[in-house]
Amino acid sequence: MASVTVKHLWKEYGDQVVLENLNLHVADREFVTIIGASGCGKTTFLRMLLGVEQPTKGQLLIDGQPVPAEPGPDRGIVFQRYSLFPHLSVLDNLMLGLEFSGSRWLGKLFGAKRREALEKAESLLEAIGLHTARDKYPSQLSGGMQQRLSIAQSVIREPKILLLDEPFGALDPGITADMHEIILRLWQANRMTIFMITHDLKESFQLGTRLLVFDKRRHDPHAPERYGATVTYDIPLNRKKHTAPTPALTAELVR
Amino acid sequence: MPRLVNLYPSRGSALALGALPFLILIAAYLFGSAARLAENPDDKLLPAPSAFVDTLKSYAVEEDRRSGEVLWWLDTGASMKRLLVALAISAFIGIAGGLAIGALPVMRSLFGPFVAALAMIPPLAILPILFIALGLGEVAKIALIVFGVAPCIVRDVSLRAGELPKEQLIKAQTLGASSWLLATRVILPQLWPRLIDALRLTLGSAWLFLIAAEAIASTEGLGYRIFLVRRYMAMDVILPYVIWITLLAYTMDWLLRLARARFFPWAETR
Repeated sequence: MASVTVKHLWKEYGDQVVLENLNLHVADREFVTIIGASGCGKTTFLRMLLGVEQPTKGQLLIDGQPVPAEPGPDRGIVFQRYSLFPHLSVLDNLMLGLEFSGSRWLGKLFGAKRREALEKAESLLEAIGLHTARDKYPSQLSGGMQQRLSIAQSVIREPKILLLDEPFGALDPGITADMHEIILRLWQANRMTIFMITHDLKESFQLGTRLLVFDKRRHDPHAPERYGATVTYDIPLNRKKHTAPTPALTAELVR
Repeated sequence: MPRLVNLYPSRGSALALGALPFLILIAAYLFGSAARLAENPDDKLLPAPSAFVDTLKSYAVEEDRRSGEVLWWLDTGASMKRLLVALAISAFIGIAGGLAIGALPVMRSLFGPFVAALAMIPPLAILPILFIALGLGEVAKIALIVFGVAPCIVRDVSLRAGELPKEQLIKAQTLGASSWLLATRVILPQLWPRLIDALRLTLGSAWLFLIAAEAIASTEGLGYRIFLVRRYMAMDVILPYVIWITLLAYTMDWLLRLARARFFPWAETR
C-alpha cells in the first residue's frame, strides 16, 4: 500500500519559488508519469518524496504519514546515472540491498541466507536479461544494461514507491522499448506506486496510468523566480486503449 | 607524415626510447669519469666502474671488520623496516581518517581544518621536537615519516570520499544502508585504490624523511651510511647506495601499482 497525498505544498529556496500550492492524491499502484519544462520543479518534487529535500509549506504524505526526512528502503530510486556501485559486480550490485537488510553489521550474507538471496538475485537477473553479465563490473556494461540493473537493484528491496528520474534520458531511442517492457513487468510483479519523470512525451503517455504536467500558471517576466510551478494538467491514461496525446494537447505541452 | 601528437612508437621502439636517457646518463658518466681519472688517478668525484665493484664486494658480500655485519644488508634492513612500519601506520591513519572525514559531515567539520593545517607544517621543522620528545631511537624516525606522510594521505583519501556521486549514497540509503554499512560497504571499498595512489605519490617524501632522520641520528641505515661516508668523499659508496635506494623505491612503487591492478580491477581506467 502506498498512496501519496500532497496538500498545499510549497517549495521555496530563499526568494525563488519552485513549487506553489501543489495538491494531489495518487492512489496505490498508480504509475504516474511527470513531464514539464526544465526548472519546473519535477525533480524537486521527486527529491521531496525521496526525503532529501523538505517542503517549505504544506504536507507531503505517504499513506497518511509525512515523508521521512531521509531516504529509506520504502522508496526506491533510479537516477539517470551514477546509481550503481562501481566496485561491485553485477550480481553483487543486485545482492547489496538484500545484504543490507539481512546483516546489520557486516552487510554480507552467509550460508542459507546467502543462498536464498542469491536465488532471488539470480531470478531477477534472468528477468532483466543480465544473467550472462553477472560477474562483470558496471563500467563494462552498456548504458541500457546499467539502467536495467539499476532498476532491478531498486526493486529487489520491494519498495512501496519507486521513483524514476529520467531513467532512460541518456539511452539510445532504440533500446527504450526494451526498458519500457521491463519496467512495466516489474511494476506489475511488485506492488509499487511509480513516479517517473521523463522528457519524452510519447513515453509519458505509453507507460503511465496517469500523467502530470508541471508548469508555471503565472509568469512575471521581470521576476521569473516570483512564481512557482504546479500541476497544470492531470490526465488519467488507459494503457490498454493506448491513449495518445491529442494534437491540441501536444501543441500545448511542447509550447 | 602524421601530426606529432598522433605518432605512437611501437612497443619495441617505446622500450628503446625509454632506455635512451639512462644510456646517455651512463655514457656521460663513463666519459667524464675516464677524463677526470686520466688527469688525476686519485680523483674521488667520479670513480671508475671497477671502484664500484670493489665497494659492492666489501659492503654487500664481506662482513665489516669492526662490527662483523654485512653493512649493505644491515643498512637496507634497518631502513626498510623503518619505512615500511611508517608507511603501514600512515596508510592506516590515512584510510581511517579519510573515511571518517569523507563520510561524516560532523567529522569533516571537526577534523577537516585541523588536518589541513597539520599537513602544512614542514615535518623537518618539528624533527627536533620529535627527537626531544621521543628520544633518538626508532620511534622518532618513524614518527617523522608518519607526520610527513599521513596528513597528505588523509586529505587525499577524504577528497576521494567527497567525490563519490551523491546519487550513489542516496541509492544505498534507499536500499536500507545504515551509516555504518554505507561507510563499510559503499565508501570504504572505493577508497582503497585511492589509498594506493596516495601511498605511491607520498613514497618520495617518505624516503626523504627517512634519510633526513637517519642522517641526523642513527647508527645504521641507508641514509646514515651515505652521510657517514660523505666525510671521506667516498663517491664509490654514495653512488651505489643512491642507485640502490632508487631501485628499492621504484620496486615499491611498481608493487603498489601491481597490487592496485590485481585487487581493484574495477578501478583501472580503460
